[in-house]
Amino acid sequence: MSASSKPKVALYWCASCGGCEETVVDLAEDILGLVEMVDIVLWPVAMDFKYKDIRAMADQSITATLLNGAIRSTEQEEMAHLLRRKSQFLIAYGSCAVSGGIPGLANQFPLEQILKFNYEQAPTLVNESRTRPQLKFREDGREVSLPALHQVVRSLDQVVEVDYYVPGCPPTPKITKAALGALLEGKLPPKGSVLAPDIALCDECPRKQTRPADLSFSQFKRPHQLLADPEVCFLAQGVVCMGPATRSGCGSQCASGNMPCTGCFGPTSRVRDQGLKVLSALCANVASKEESEINKVLAGVPDPIGSFYRYGLAKSLLRRKVDLPAADDAKAGL
Amino acid sequence: MNSATQQGWNEGAARANAAAETQRRRVLIEPITRLEGHGKIDIFLDDKGDVERAYMQVPELRGFEVFCLGRPAEEMPQITSRICGVCPTAHHMASTKALDDLYKVEPPSAGRKIRELVYNTFMLEDHALHVFVLGGPDFIVGPEAPPEQRNIVGVIGKVGLEAGKKVISTRRQLREVIAYFGGKVVHPVLGQPGGVSKGLKAEDLPKFKQLAKDGLEFALWTLDVFKQIVLANPDYVKMITSDAYTHKTCYMGMVDEQNKVNFYDGKLRVVDCNGKEVCKFAAQQYLDFVAEHVEPWSYMKFTFLKPRGWKGFVEGPDTSIYSVAPLARLNVADGMATPKAQAAYEEFYKTLGGKPVHHTLANHWARVVEMIYAAERMEQLINDPEITSPEVRRLPTNVPKVGIGVVEAPRGTLFHHYETDENGLIRKANLIVATGNNAARIAMSVERAAKGLIKGGHVTEGLLNKIEMAFRAYDPCLGCATHSLPGHLPLRVNIYDPQRNLVRQLVQD
Repeated sequence: MSASSKPKVALYWCASCGGCEETVVDLAEDILGLVEMVDIVLWPVAMDFKYKDIRAMADQSITATLLNGAIRSTEQEEMAHLLRRKSQFLIAYGSCAVSGGIPGLANQFPLEQILKFNYEQAPTLVNESRTRPQLKFREDGREVSLPALHQVVRSLDQVVEVDYYVPGCPPTPKITKAALGALLEGKLPPKGSVLAPDIALCDECPRKQTRPADLSFSQFKRPHQLLADPEVCFLAQGVVCMGPATRSGCGSQCASGNMPCTGCFGPTSRVRDQGLKVLSALCANVASKEESEINKVLAGVPDPIGSFYRYGLAKSLLRRKVDLPAADDAKAGL
Repeated sequence: MNSATQQGWNEGAARANAAAETQRRRVLIEPITRLEGHGKIDIFLDDKGDVERAYMQVPELRGFEVFCLGRPAEEMPQITSRICGVCPTAHHMASTKALDDLYKVEPPSAGRKIRELVYNTFMLEDHALHVFVLGGPDFIVGPEAPPEQRNIVGVIGKVGLEAGKKVISTRRQLREVIAYFGGKVVHPVLGQPGGVSKGLKAEDLPKFKQLAKDGLEFALWTLDVFKQIVLANPDYVKMITSDAYTHKTCYMGMVDEQNKVNFYDGKLRVVDCNGKEVCKFAAQQYLDFVAEHVEPWSYMKFTFLKPRGWKGFVEGPDTSIYSVAPLARLNVADGMATPKAQAAYEEFYKTLGGKPVHHTLANHWARVVEMIYAAERMEQLINDPEITSPEVRRLPTNVPKVGIGVVEAPRGTLFHHYETDENGLIRKANLIVATGNNAARIAMSVERAAKGLIKGGHVTEGLLNKIEMAFRAYDPCLGCATHSLPGHLPLRVNIYDPQRNLVRQLVQD
């Protein structure tokens, strides 16, 4: 690239779906302005650059790297370390980088179960010889290899130090623009901050006025079981909504689509564990105090992990109980 | 805390601890070794330096089918959309249709029309993304252009800033339609068994009508750009029709009752390499017609026509390999359901010498024909008086068991198949995605391109992009294919001499 004095920005993806990249593309007309203000030194989805160019750069010569996707492989881990070294600011961009995201739900299942389903059990398979992909495959003296699959999905800050977080699955163009603006103007909050409003989603929800002070739940309804009133608080309608335990800033998008929040912006700074927070908020408001009645009410939430930890399992207290610290994970693997 | 509650907590904690112990053991003993995010092509040369064999490998697998187990079926449209953030609406819609089938509930007419409106809007903007940003730069900027110019910035340089802005602003506005109904454009939330979560307000109608009109104008303009830049260039036409990019396989795509192309609903029709119908089936019969083959050298599975059996990577009248995506859809159909798209369709076949067309690179042109249909269908739907009806959902009342849904994703036929318990919790999920349907033909295309381009051991740097073009025409989404990586494919080509020594490595990140 040119030797211009413009700040250098890198965009990189790890284990992600590409939705974060789409959000950057969704800056639309603003992207032309962005290209004028900064040099994009790495953006694999849309531009051809070589990793070796990044390796050749001086340490800290990239002003900011926005990294999306969870970390599932040693290659991604290497890139995270490389970009950390080359960048003044490393930003975890989107739910997967912030907290593991939906790929993190795989931490509930062993790898063998995934391989067995894909290559032995899927109903469409015709595979009597039970062939599986081989790490080393030989044919007529030719040998080709495949990488082994990684077991655990990790958030970016379980691998390297992260300066700032931009939440969302995906983040919105609006908060992306605000985050980039803050970076370029040097108007940054304390290190480690999440670059989104630090208040619960309910605060910006257009249905806020209809949320009763006392939410006495006698039943939880799953979204397909009712025709939701488009004006009324989902909790008031007996539908689990992650709003009270989730950070605002998305513009209440799901509620504007007449569906409850599923928590993709993660918790506010005062909440240690998003799932526990919403669990306690819901359970405290179950009307009955009788165990059998309580069980009946809670049967309306048949998948607590998928409901309360949909984007945050890898980073949650749950994971910390069942897993090892990030440093040990890496050691075990390498 | 009363004692009953406390007992509940303690039991819960004990279960959690037991689960934690199991997990801890698993994490400790599992090996974690190197995993690459690169697509990889290994090319082996014979004594003459010609290509003996080329393997295209996909090195990752994410396992959505497994980690969806136990989840409520109604959450699947939102969970499976995370397979791919480029085509989330395709997974969302296939999943939603599987829920209709699961609960045996039909959406009310307006609900169905809103789904189809959203879906065609999505097809239009996603195809536009491919034409101008992902695959099109090969043609618009040129296959021989330096890599740093083969991107959207290079496209703008070629078509002009105003035209570039038109592309960007039209895509933005189309995506706002999806967000209107879906709440979010990336990972929308509208899909429910029996309909959609939100209708169209009458006061918002005029702006949507204008947008549909603009969308059609945009699609027709895209066809003009394609004609001027690609079809008017004899070198490009020669390349499109060259043997290196031609394969005689079967084709699969969805058609309506008149056998016209349809993205949202209909039956799957398969034709052979002579254009003769092989079979036509409903989504619910897919297990009788679609099967997956495993090769030991890739994580990606290869689908084939089950009644014909797996016959290897071969082409011709008896092959069981089929392809999907725009060219396949046009090849299986008797035409397009809307007039301007039909005219473009006729010109397509007239120019390329009749049906079926086997030139992989013709996918780019077929994609533009489909943009016109998507825009015309949007316009029809938005002008349908029923579109503002508030009756957009019917509550499911049946006990769920099995549900299968299908749509034509931009990149081809996409099946979602769920089985649940009586409470609607997933017991089994199976996904057949567009790029899996194309996997066998893509592997063949890569080998064909390698064989056509490498002669006598002579390997050039331009080889890489030419080989990439062989699969980029399919707009392959390896994120979808492995339910893992996103659409971008960093590529590594290894070339081995007859003694199997690695003699050359080309890497494109």
